[in-house]
Amino acid sequence: MNSSKRVEDFSLDALRSGDRAEFALLVDAYYEMIYRLAIKMVNNPQDAEDILQETFIKAYRHLKNFDGRSSLSTWLYRIATNEALMFLRRQKPDTVSVDESLDTGEGEVEPLQIIDWSSLPEEELMSAEAQVYLDKAVGKLSPSLRVVFVLRDIQGLATRETAEVLDISETAVKTRLSRARLQLREELTSYYGERLRA
Amino acid sequence: MDHHQCRHMLGSLSEYLDGTLEAELCAEIERHLSDCDNCRIVVDSLHKTISLYHISAEQVSVPDDVRERLFHRLELDDFINGSANEAQ
Repeated sequence: MNSSKRVEDFSLDALRSGDRAEFALLVDAYYEMIYRLAIKMVNNPQDAEDILQETFIKAYRHLKNFDGRSSLSTWLYRIATNEALMFLRRQKPDTVSVDESLDTGEGEVEPLQIIDWSSLPEEELMSAEAQVYLDKAVGKLSPSLRVVFVLRDIQGLATRETAEVLDISETAVKTRLSRARLQLREELTSYYGERLRA
Repeated sequence: MDHHQCRHMLGSLSEYLDGTLEAELCAEIERHLSDCDNCRIVVDSLHKTISLYHISAEQVSVPDDVRERLFHRLELDDFINGSANEAQ
């Protein structure tokens, strides 16, 4: 499927007027992108699929209000990240705020473990077991850090686009990304450090 | 890690690795790294962490039947077999 289609590749008039064929093209262009975001946010295929479906149900309902100021992918990402964050909030009501301010109370992660595992062989770093751990480590991030990390380092969005999706400043994106990466480094150091000692 | 300068540069490492940090701060970090083994290990393992996630992102596959169930849920069954234009 072609996920590189841009807003100009679709007829906005057709989408806004509820044209099913044009909407099917939109879904085909973007469903894989949204599924990947969702699975990395919630680490469960069934929940990711629910988020995917809800995202496109809401998109269809609100297309008539899409003003074209952002790209369609940014707009869909915004709906999907809200869906994922609301899902996480339902799971742990006290820990998630979609509009969490920059001051998250999560200071810079202080490196506690100084172990040089980066030269472990690639097959060990990317073993099936290691990949499960990589996903688990993302799940340990607070939702506000996780969503920035997933958009930037998994989905490959630029800082500016991530800021636009989440409606936060670029500085907030950079700060949260830095904290997320340092926390993940710490998690991976625990895991790979064990392998190094084994 | 308790050295003042190590703590000072911690918050800049992410941007340093992205290549988006100002040249002056990059030079400061590189001077420090040439002299601090612990920070070099932190930078190397942070770099590897980011790179492993980039690789793992490329390996995410969408199960075959996800699209079918999505089209069904969206009542787009008429368009499930390929080009939507053909179904018109």
